[in-house]
Amino acid sequence: MRIKLEARGQQSRLMSYASPILAAVLTLICGAFLFWILGKSPIQALHTFLIMPISDPYRIAELLVKAGPIVLCAMGLSICFRANVWNIGAEGQLLMGGLVGSCAALALLDSQGIWVLPVVLVAGILGGMAWAAIPAFLKNYFNTNEILSTIMLNYISLNILLHGVHGPLKDPNGFNFPESALFSDWQTMPILLEGTRLHLGVSFALFAMVGVWVLMSKTFIGFQIKVLGGDERSAHFAGFKEKRLVWLCLLICGGLAGLAGAGEVTGPIGQLVPNISPGYGYAAIIVAFLGRLHPLGILFAGLLMALLYMGGEMVQIHLDLPLAVTGVFQGMLLLFLLICDVLIGYRIVIHKSAPKIVKQSLSIEPPAVAIEGK
Amino acid sequence: MDIDFIANILFATIRMGTPLLIVAIGELVCEKSGVLNLGQEGMMLMGAVAGFMIAFHTDSLFIGFMGSVVAGALMALLFAVVTMHFYANQVATGLALTILGVGLSGFMGRSYVGEALTNVDFQIPLLSSIPFFGKVLFSHDVLVYISIGLAGAVYWFFKSTRAGLVVKAVGESPESAQSLGLSVLKVRYLAIVFGGAMAGLAGGYLSLIDTPLWAENMTAGRGWIALALVVFASWRVERAVFGAYLFGFMSIMHLVLQSFGLSVSSNLLATLPYVATVVVLVLLSRNQQRIKLFAPMSLGKSFHGAH
Repeated sequence: MRIKLEARGQQSRLMSYASPILAAVLTLICGAFLFWILGKSPIQALHTFLIMPISDPYRIAELLVKAGPIVLCAMGLSICFRANVWNIGAEGQLLMGGLVGSCAALALLDSQGIWVLPVVLVAGILGGMAWAAIPAFLKNYFNTNEILSTIMLNYISLNILLHGVHGPLKDPNGFNFPESALFSDWQTMPILLEGTRLHLGVSFALFAMVGVWVLMSKTFIGFQIKVLGGDERSAHFAGFKEKRLVWLCLLICGGLAGLAGAGEVTGPIGQLVPNISPGYGYAAIIVAFLGRLHPLGILFAGLLMALLYMGGEMVQIHLDLPLAVTGVFQGMLLLFLLICDVLIGYRIVIHKSAPKIVKQSLSIEPPAVAIEGK
Repeated sequence: MDIDFIANILFATIRMGTPLLIVAIGELVCEKSGVLNLGQEGMMLMGAVAGFMIAFHTDSLFIGFMGSVVAGALMALLFAVVTMHFYANQVATGLALTILGVGLSGFMGRSYVGEALTNVDFQIPLLSSIPFFGKVLFSHDVLVYISIGLAGAVYWFFKSTRAGLVVKAVGESPESAQSLGLSVLKVRYLAIVFGGAMAGLAGGYLSLIDTPLWAENMTAGRGWIALALVVFASWRVERAVFGAYLFGFMSIMHLVLQSFGLSVSSNLLATLPYVATVVVLVLLSRNQQRIKLFAPMSLGKSFHGAH
């Protein structure tokens, strides 16, 4: 018996939706196995990892708080990936958004009024956009590979942020902790649900989802972006302005990631600290792929990713396992997705005793020729 | 500025450049066969954590290094299976490998954070006591010399052996190579696993000799810098050696600058190697023709010829 992959001839729509679900199931099976190896009951561990985070309203609110920035970043990334622009820099753009937003907040520390928070958020958006403008500029005018430039910018932005909290932005009355001063009420996100940390910023993810959907599905620019990503030569022959599209994709993504960063410092954190993101920008890459680069898919995938973050915290508290479990699940999820995606273009065919058939056909052939020869 | 200071700088340059050199050599071989593996960071981290854990329990650096190599190679094997049998995009799979490596290494090494190995000093007798040159050239750990030997071996491999020619042929045109009866899959498997083993070894260098301890994400982007290094070297071994030490120098620039009395924040100085990488990439990729000329033709493309 031999198992073979056979080209379908055309892409299977069904499989493109089934593949993320299959990947999630495989991840869970492997995760259960991992817990079992570690000497925990798989059922109990999976319950702690997946069900406990959504077992009461406070935790669900917490899940949404985590999903917000992930979804914002993933929405932006999906536009870039559609255009075949491999922006890995959402993390750095998020950090820059948080940093520039914090600078604005600290400059306006004594100001009061409803306008303060929007100013801080816009500063964050601009910070993220400026950071994303660097790889866009380098790609457009120097042909610099955006994967490497955005990765390097992630490390650079983290160090600039650390410089900020250890140096000029450090709270003078903060006992020398690497933290900025606490933001005032005018500078922090209003809480949407009393008793939880669910804040206004989470709703931005929904607005972003609608915005990205309209852009990609209803406008000519969205069409141009998809053509550019699908076949660069076609976009060129159609006369689309490729450079302008690259600018646009990266700036939108930078803006959304910057907003996510500003939303974190003005939302659940309330000040600038060294670790404003537990890798949300990297997780967003997985989310974008898992959500099939579609806004609605990204929303669901973002919730799943937030669940993985929450689950990591839960197993740390209740089962005494390291928080890094989240990272293992993230990696498995993306790998399984890539593996399952083969089913979109190929079907699995099982040949029963294939080698025998080959032999038979060979043994029949020669006599037929011999007869003809006579 | 005295001569001891220069000797120290050169010593540190070679030491910092060594892990970069090891990864870059591995990735160079891998890319020569037409495979772009962006998972260097993940493979390095797995090599670092596996090496540390094993060395910690066996008290043997050698067995630790074996563990590093095997861990890196296993990660690379995973990459090879996913990209070659499931036709997954090499860029995405490399990213996945990095994300998995970061998570898995952090998970495995959790209880080893804060532990330290008793450092094993290795010095060449006599030669290392020569003034200046002794310090710069002969007082390193054994991995430094192994890495240079490896670079020489890979140079010779591509320049003078038939197998080297086969790897290059597969990287330039897998279809032609297959029609000549060469096994594209076999060649690429070997190249990918070699790349992983080297990345693992470099990770082990960091956790077993350089620091020597385990910390989450301790590679700090060196895997990515090595990827840029291969582009910088235009896929040539001798330039990769030069580039690795150049980048090694960049990562100790802050020590140099501080010694000149420059008081810049250490966090800002820590960005120097990354900034340098971007600058080098920009300078090199301005001329797209040049990259096209040197890069293996099939780099990054899935090969669907063999089932």
